[in-house]
Amino acid sequence: MTNEIKIAGFGGQGVLSMGMTLAYAGVFEGKQVVWMPSYGPEMRGGTANCTVIISNDRISSPIINQFDMAIILNQPSLDKFENTVKPMGQIFYESNNVINPPTREDVSVFEVPAALEAVNLKNAKGMNMIMLGAFLEKNPIVSIDSILKALKKVLPERHHHLISANEKALKRGMELLQNPVLS
Amino acid sequence: MTNRNEGIQCEILDRMDIVWERPPALLDVKMHYCPGCGHSVVHKVLMEVIEELDIQDKTIGIAPVGCAVLAYDYLDIDMQEAAHGRATAVATGIKRVRPDRIVFTYQGDGDLAAIGTAETIHTVNRGEQIVIVFINNGIYGMTGGQMAPTTLPGMKTTTSPDGRDVESQGHPLKIADMIALLPGAYYVTRQSVTSAKGVRKLKKALLSAFQYQIERKPGTSFIEVVSNCPAGWKMTPIEANRWLKEEMLKYYPLGDLKTPDT
Amino acid sequence: MATKLLMKGNEALAEAAIRAGLKAYFGYPITPQSELLEYLVRELPKRGGAILQAESEIASINMVYGAAATGERVMTSTSSPGFSLMQEGISYIACAELPCLLVNVMRGGPGLGTIQPGQCDYFQAVKGGGHGDYRMIVLAPGSVQEMADFVYLGFDLADKYRIPVLILTDGALGQMMEMVEFPEYDIEAHLVDHSSWATTGKKKGSERHIITSLFLDPEILENVNLHLQKKYDTIREKEVRYEAVMTDDADFIVVAYGLSARVSHKAIEMGRQEGMKVGLLRPQTLFPFPSEQLNALADHVNGILVVEMSAGQMVEDVRLSVNGKVPVEFYGRMGGMIPAPEEILNEINRFYSQKLIEETF
Ligand SMILES: Cc1ncc(C[n+]2csc(CCOP(=O)(O)OP(=O)(O)O)c2C)c(N)n1
Ligand code: SF4
Ligand SMILES: [Mg+2]
Repeated sequence: MTNEIKIAGFGGQGVLSMGMTLAYAGVFEGKQVVWMPSYGPEMRGGTANCTVIISNDRISSPIINQFDMAIILNQPSLDKFENTVKPMGQIFYESNNVINPPTREDVSVFEVPAALEAVNLKNAKGMNMIMLGAFLEKNPIVSIDSILKALKKVLPERHHHLISANEKALKRGMELLQNPVLS
Repeated sequence: MTNRNEGIQCEILDRMDIVWERPPALLDVKMHYCPGCGHSVVHKVLMEVIEELDIQDKTIGIAPVGCAVLAYDYLDIDMQEAAHGRATAVATGIKRVRPDRIVFTYQGDGDLAAIGTAETIHTVNRGEQIVIVFINNGIYGMTGGQMAPTTLPGMKTTTSPDGRDVESQGHPLKIADMIALLPGAYYVTRQSVTSAKGVRKLKKALLSAFQYQIERKPGTSFIEVVSNCPAGWKMTPIEANRWLKEEMLKYYPLGDLKTPDT
Repeated sequence: MATKLLMKGNEALAEAAIRAGLKAYFGYPITPQSELLEYLVRELPKRGGAILQAESEIASINMVYGAAATGERVMTSTSSPGFSLMQEGISYIACAELPCLLVNVMRGGPGLGTIQPGQCDYFQAVKGGGHGDYRMIVLAPGSVQEMADFVYLGFDLADKYRIPVLILTDGALGQMMEMVEFPEYDIEAHLVDHSSWATTGKKKGSERHIITSLFLDPEILENVNLHLQKKYDTIREKEVRYEAVMTDDADFIVVAYGLSARVSHKAIEMGRQEGMKVGLLRPQTLFPFPSEQLNALADHVNGILVVEMSAGQMVEDVRLSVNGKVPVEFYGRMGGMIPAPEEILNEINRFYSQKLIEETF
């Protein structure tokens, strides 16, 4: 089982650290992982993206052009990556930063109002974790426990007090995509 | 209140002087510099000077390797991009075959005062008739905020995470002071871009420097601009400006270091 | 058991260097490898080594030339334009037979080029690079794990042969994160006694040690060269390393190193799924080059495709190795572009359809 994931948005939205957290969680679950960032002036110019591959087997290429899932945090990234998602794949997009939602019909599209929810949680920086929570709700490829352990590795020591706020954000993200209980 | 914005905009335009205007020789394109970065201010002043002296058609600029590497995208003159640190050697080459052209280099502190120190010193020592514009922001902006030869003692960068330790990492290099000692130096000055007044002084200095070259005065003009790097310094533009005034200028005091009469 | 860490290639390389007993590092910032310098600035002084940000790559390599002469484990790292500046110094180091570790995290060129990954410094790395008849051992890691492993190997080989060893990698491998495990490594057990030649101060009653690359008398210099060439022959004989993936039953193979080998690996997996018998040969040493292995493989396959992030450099060595036995095709991307697995698969497909045509007519 291999999951090939693209995460993209503005620099500063926590795109790279979201990917790194997901990758590290994979390590804790004994999987093979790759995290490949975009680097260089492209990031200063505004957009950042990373590829995360999580697999039970040895990962051959860290460079791929097609993804199973994409987590998209702004419009330019959606424009760039919408067509790179494989048929039957998934797109998670942050609805506040994306004006024209995905139009593909051969993929599952999930709208996640993460920016708004982050404001509600009084944790503006938690937007990326809300997105990640929503993603994990639909794709439980790693456990929340592993994500929390991963955060300890990804966040510098002085930010470890933020982990509980991040946990709340993750859970909020999961709730957002939980199927409403039919009455 | 509803049409407040529209009203004020017109009023401002009617009432106030224009404080910033793009000189036509500065191309109307979006620059890649970070908000508050001194490079864009210096670009503007430089092009004003070139326009005022009416030398746009005979000036050749040399871009460095540093954040200003893309200066040729902004300055509407012929330009050449040099290897890291070699700008003054490239300028020498041009000036020696076309002494009638006006030649300048535009270089950062890493470019001019680290990897390019030898070229810089020898160019001035030969008294090449060029203008060297030296942007001292105390850091390597382009590569992500590493220590520069001009980094202040105790200043934190990605390669001096505990602050620059002069015992193991050397002292901030006052290269303009060294340059001023060379017989080939014609005019050496240190200016800044923190205030409107400072910018006017910088412009005056640049005007003199290019004028000297037009008049074929013997020797090199060297204009240091103490500048900022909000991104590399990890400060807001306002904090960076304050820090520049309070800390950088203490170590790099402004003023002329060598004038044609001294 | 050693713990598994998720690390960037550049950082894994730096960490491994410390664990391998690095005594001094000299370098100058350049993207995409500045993390190496930044990591070592934070870690090396705490762990018993000296580090200095030099004023240029020319200074860095000459600091290495000096430090290596004392017989300690020393290194520098840079990226393409900086590596060009180091060539003169490397030529001196090679002639003076000093062990040291060099790293080139390649980016797209020529000139100032781009900071995106490239493999266009192959010629410079394996054919000498500077002036004179010399070689370095060139190691080409294909993963973050190998970025670490080849540091230990590199230092060991450098010490064993008194030769500069180059780790030739690229911006993508430097920037990407993968799991890495640092092996148990007993530094003392690996250190080689260099006291017979190192310049550490003349001992009373013993001979002076001189480190030089100047031999004015051509007869002497020719002997120096013969000695170097003999050493390179031994290295060619003993130190070839490569990985062969699904080559046993292959009728067609891809040859690629570093990042393009990783991408090619995916392409041959896809090819296998489509029923093609494709394999991959990934040289881990570029000098010495696995020529014999390729020549032997050429007896069993119908064709070879070389994939590089360059205009075609290693392909020349592949052609020399197989010496016309089978057609050797090339596919490359340049300027910081990375080939996609699908592009490589296309090339493989082309070969198969061509063969089909040939067999039909
Ligand atoms: C030979 C070589 N070494 C290193 C580099 C990487 N490099 C690019 S710009 C730069 C320094 C930039 O600092 P500075 O000159 O102070 O300019 P700033 O960006 O601060 O304006 C370095 C080291 C390079 N391009 N070429
Ligand atoms: S990194 Fe620094 S010098 Fe470069 S553009 Fe940004 S603020 Fe200016
Ligand atoms: Mg600078």
